[in-house]
Amino acid sequence: MSASLLLLLTIGLALAGWLAGRARAWSFRSANGAQRLAALPNYHGWYVALWIAVPLLVFLALWSAFAPGLVTQAVLTDPAAANLPAFDFQRNAILAQARAVATGASGMVSHPDAAALVEPYRAAIARFRLIGILATLGIAVAAGAFAFLRLKPQFTARTKVERIVLAILLLASLVAILTTLGILASLVFETVRFFGMISPIDFLFGTHWAPDPMAAAESADGTRYGAIPLFWGTIFIGAIIAMIVAIPLGLMSAIYLTQYAKPSYRKWLKPALEILAGVPTVVYGYFAALTVAPAIRDAAQSLGVANASSESALAAGLVMGVMIIPFVSSMADDSIAAVPQAMRDGSLAMGATKSETIRRVLIPAALPGIVAGVMLAVSRAIGETMIVVMAASTAANLSANPLDSMTTVTVQIVAMLTGEGSFDHPATLSAFALGFVLFLVTLALNFVALRVVKRFREAYE
Amino acid sequence: MSDAAPLPPSRTPTRTPAFEARLKKRYRAEKRFKWLGLGAILVSVAVLLFLLTTMVVNGASGFQRAEVQVPIDFTQAGLSIDPTASDQAEIMRSLEGQGLPQVVEFFAAKSLGEQAASELSGDAWREVGTAIIDDPSLLRRTETLALPAGSDLAAGLDGEGSPQDRALAAQLKNDGKLKRAFDPGFLSRSDATDPQAVGIWGALKGSMLTMFVTLLLAFPIGVLAALYLEEYAPKNRWTDLIEVSINNLAAVPSIIFGLLGLAVFLWIFPNLRSAPLIGGMTLALMTMPVIVIAGRNAIKAVPPSIRDGALAIGASPVQVVFHHVLPLALPGILTGTIIGMARALGETAPLLMIGMRAFVATPPSGFTSPATVLPVQIFLWSDEIDRGFVARTSAAIIVLLLFLLVMNGLAIYLRNKFEKTW
Repeated sequence: MSASLLLLLTIGLALAGWLAGRARAWSFRSANGAQRLAALPNYHGWYVALWIAVPLLVFLALWSAFAPGLVTQAVLTDPAAANLPAFDFQRNAILAQARAVATGASGMVSHPDAAALVEPYRAAIARFRLIGILATLGIAVAAGAFAFLRLKPQFTARTKVERIVLAILLLASLVAILTTLGILASLVFETVRFFGMISPIDFLFGTHWAPDPMAAAESADGTRYGAIPLFWGTIFIGAIIAMIVAIPLGLMSAIYLTQYAKPSYRKWLKPALEILAGVPTVVYGYFAALTVAPAIRDAAQSLGVANASSESALAAGLVMGVMIIPFVSSMADDSIAAVPQAMRDGSLAMGATKSETIRRVLIPAALPGIVAGVMLAVSRAIGETMIVVMAASTAANLSANPLDSMTTVTVQIVAMLTGEGSFDHPATLSAFALGFVLFLVTLALNFVALRVVKRFREAYE
Repeated sequence: MSDAAPLPPSRTPTRTPAFEARLKKRYRAEKRFKWLGLGAILVSVAVLLFLLTTMVVNGASGFQRAEVQVPIDFTQAGLSIDPTASDQAEIMRSLEGQGLPQVVEFFAAKSLGEQAASELSGDAWREVGTAIIDDPSLLRRTETLALPAGSDLAAGLDGEGSPQDRALAAQLKNDGKLKRAFDPGFLSRSDATDPQAVGIWGALKGSMLTMFVTLLLAFPIGVLAALYLEEYAPKNRWTDLIEVSINNLAAVPSIIFGLLGLAVFLWIFPNLRSAPLIGGMTLALMTMPVIVIAGRNAIKAVPPSIRDGALAIGASPVQVVFHHVLPLALPGILTGTIIGMARALGETAPLLMIGMRAFVATPPSGFTSPATVLPVQIFLWSDEIDRGFVARTSAAIIVLLLFLLVMNGLAIYLRNKFEKTW
């Protein structure tokens, strides 16, 4: 835990800097009491503290990322490391074992080579911890002294502090861009590697999905990586079955809640719907696998379907539809509420009944918003993981029968990445390619939906 | 002038029989439509109630376990507590060395019969050991202890399993030696291979550590970003880009964040696989956009007159925001944060990606030790073949749902308490 030690050290040093800067400002004030300081003493303190804390935090982040690598490098130069096997996997296992013992995470070594490395590891860790502490102190003293020496009665500490604060605010908002870039970079990088082994044509247009993680990585068979059955399964479960459940139920719930329900009912029914949205998807998945799927299988068997699967697309789709209901309902709620009251009153004044008003006036007027809501719901359904992981199967099937077992993109991502596969194998890398496709599709759906909503809202303003 | 002029042929009376029939039909359609709406919402609520009832009915027995009453005469056993031992684990080892497992098995066989004794849970002696450590005077008397039965016997008690198990369980039950009892250890133990011996404390602690990291990262970054975008950001291409990426991140499937964590965080920190630190960082990226969006709405709701008033008496823009706007917006931001954290608490898929699905039998000791979290534990148990895990899984789900209920309740309470109209 050397990172938390350095963090505590940083906080302590920044506090010391704050006190020193403030004391300095007070001494200016008492030295020439007639003359006002350009900033309050607290701001002098903050100025020094920020000058110490910000560089230290940057250093700490870099250090905790690179120090373990440096430690390993140091250990590898040790003579005891000379007779390590060159084979990468085994070598890493031995190193990991020695490190675990050296840091006290485990008490035993099973490999004789690892035992020899424990002491070098311990020494290297201690050495780098010392280097880390010394570097922290050095940076703190240098930055703190620089800031401290700039303090003067005329020093505009507040302006300087506020400039730093604004920079920190800007950095915080840049995290969102960095995350997006991180997602894109990690997906694109691995996807390109995947397409180096498997042709994109095979992947996007092939109809046979049966990756073999045991096959040699170099001679991967492109015909086993056809993702069409996965895309079909995803669309069938997420965009067809789930929406058949979610759209009517969600839309009618929203209509009832906004147009018919008494306020006292609405007060109870709306939170009840919101609870549906708050249930974790792993609970839905368990419900689907434990209760819904067997019930559907039994029902199908009693109707005379011979080979009804216990992992049917129907079970996953139904439960996913239930999960999406509150989402569709609240989107429809918003867009119906956005229709001007005058349109509704006009229709009622012409003698239309309430339901005619809703069907002929409100729904058509709210349609863009409802369509956008449905698109967002689809994007959420096809990205949903746990329900399908637990209730759908891993067997890829290109079929239109809802009682068949099917698999989806997210199921395959989980299946490919939770095995023991290495990152040089197309079966593992295919997960990133699937993730990339998923990312692009959901992005497109969200983008179009948000555009539609934006345009629709402007229509009545 | 006295007679009413006959109606012109174009103005036929409105209330003709055909009109009445049409009107009736329209009213029927109206009623049907209304009932359809009510039906839709009732179906949704019914599904929710069905889900909750299933979990509670299944999970109620998950807080229990099958226990066997075993009288043990410790005076005969000749056990002693090692006075030099410094901690519990060492005392336990010394008791094991003195033959505690055999002692337990001997007395079990004596009171229950050979067959039943072999059906005792393999970890039963550990509970005896813990009881001895808690109360050393036990070693000087005879005590009847309730010990966990093995999974076969537990299944037999539930009317499942092989006929022999069922017969044995029925016989023991008639003798009053086998019964289901509330199992306080379910909340204080960790994962195990035997459903009789599992607990959720390890997963709960992992969840808490992960949530702590998430909060520590997502809250400051989210609030600061919201402040920047709402209060200072100039309207230009850069801020548009930030805004678009925040809105998109809020809608990106969670599994994509798992892929990011796997490819980036585990590439930087390869030794921290399945650690709460990495899980927390991954979930923080997912939660941050939620907090930014909630924070911006809360900040937007603070009336401009407050800013103008502060500026008018000489506060700088930064002072306005940190002394006036932020305190007023904080309840709204906190509500959004709690909702985002509740979502992160129930999240499973991204944590599967970064390897938190490993079997972890000891509670995590810190942010960098291997851990699992409650939803992942539920997922792992749902995969187990042993029937005993069904009840345990549902019990864990009840605990998870209770936590979420408390968090959402807190958010609603905060919203109602601090809701202000200026």
